[in-house]
Amino acid sequence: MKATPLLDVHRDLGARLVDFGGWQMPLQYRGILEEGKTVRRACGLFDLGHMGRFHVVGPDALRLVDRVCTNHAAKIPLSSIRYSLLCNEHGYPLDDLLIYREEENIYLVVNASNSERDLAWIRDHGKDLHAECIDLTDNQAMLALQGPESENILQRVVEGYDLSTLKYYNFGFATVCGMSDVRISRTGYTGEDGFEIYFDPKEAENVWAALLEAGKPSGIAPIGLGARDILRLEAGMALYGHELDETSNPMEAGVDFAIALTEQKGDFIGRKALERLRTERSHRLVGIVTEGPRVPRQGNELIDPKDGQVLGRIVSGGVSPTLETNIGSAFIRLGHDQEDQELVLDIRGKHQACKVRDLPFYSRTRKKKTAKPF
Amino acid sequence: MRPDDRKYTKTHEWVKLDGDSILVGITDFAVNELCSGNESDLVYCDLPDPGRELEEGETFGEIESVKAVADLNTPIAGKVLEVNISIEEHLEILSRDPFKDGWIVRLEPKSKSLDDPMLMDVADYEKLIAAEEPSA
Repeated sequence: MKATPLLDVHRDLGARLVDFGGWQMPLQYRGILEEGKTVRRACGLFDLGHMGRFHVVGPDALRLVDRVCTNHAAKIPLSSIRYSLLCNEHGYPLDDLLIYREEENIYLVVNASNSERDLAWIRDHGKDLHAECIDLTDNQAMLALQGPESENILQRVVEGYDLSTLKYYNFGFATVCGMSDVRISRTGYTGEDGFEIYFDPKEAENVWAALLEAGKPSGIAPIGLGARDILRLEAGMALYGHELDETSNPMEAGVDFAIALTEQKGDFIGRKALERLRTERSHRLVGIVTEGPRVPRQGNELIDPKDGQVLGRIVSGGVSPTLETNIGSAFIRLGHDQEDQELVLDIRGKHQACKVRDLPFYSRTRKKKTAKPF
Repeated sequence: MRPDDRKYTKTHEWVKLDGDSILVGITDFAVNELCSGNESDLVYCDLPDPGRELEEGETFGEIESVKAVADLNTPIAGKVLEVNISIEEHLEILSRDPFKDGWIVRLEPKSKSLDDPMLMDVADYEKLIAAEEPSA
């Protein structure tokens, strides 16, 4: 199994380690719920060294990215970032990713579990172009700071860059803990304000320790992948293998904003199929809140309380630290997908009442931050 | 050292003779696998109705934590005489005292012997745990 440069640090912190996409990663350091609350209230530090990171370089870099990605890379302003899918010819997602727009080159952040396949796919489709896709995953550490205190904490170890000028989904380069040219993006996967930083893995332990030290007065804590998963579900963000996979229509998954079917974008892999899939929607991704103690889990069916017919299936579920109730996301047949629709969750033959909620369950920018519980 | 007055299974249940009946529970290791030492991470427990006849190895209930669901299996066949209903409302009992207050069901066993080759004494169980523990 692969390990990030911080594996020993996680062990020393008493983390529970799990295999995640072929990497040995911290699932939790303390309780998942407590860790989730720490991120919403103060700040969490995450080791994301498992995420795949590629640099697409050369004069045709943009053409290659626009050929394989669903979003329109050429339209992304310099130093901005956009979410996108990587689809096959049938319009089904092979992965979801972030596109960082540089002057000539493009930096990509992909899921650990799909990283090898993505790399081969991108290289295969760029053979006729002057562009090269370089895998930087093993040459860079990646950390995230997430939560309302993130800017204050990161600023304490950054020199020569006023982080308040870095806008959401933008990136820049700054000196961090004495290292120059560290890539810093205002991005994350929790629904909170926060940053992701990329740097020399030899410095990983130093930077980790410096951030924990700098964040001590603000209540920072290391956070595992367990809390990260529930926080992204609260924020209505897709996770590959759950809301997105190679067999389900991405046009039903609430990611239309990442699929540019515009004239300007031109042809790309999967475009024709996606135009058809857009007209073939039969379900919609929604949130589910439950009454009672059972937690919705991937694969549970949702049935009509009136006649028992199956109306959908759960793709993600967990205990929400922010709503303090059990939540899930599910594909529900159109016509039964509206807010407050009553459904029955079938957990291995046992039934529990639940209701539909529009996603997200949580938004830090909305006036009413959280969705209604059951 | 875990109690030596009972037998253990590979799937981390324990069984203990208690007069004419048998108590079945799960070990601290099983609880910790579910909640990693955070008792508030346990969310649900599904227990059988008294009177139900259980076969050896049968799943009679479930315990759910924030991150997973685990089946409860009985290594001994018998009729359910009593269930520890206090667990349903107070799952933390399982984490605080899995070997005594955290018993789960009381069975009227088909056979009163715990000399089943599938059941381990505490020394063998601790060897098994020692082999599994590094993953945690």
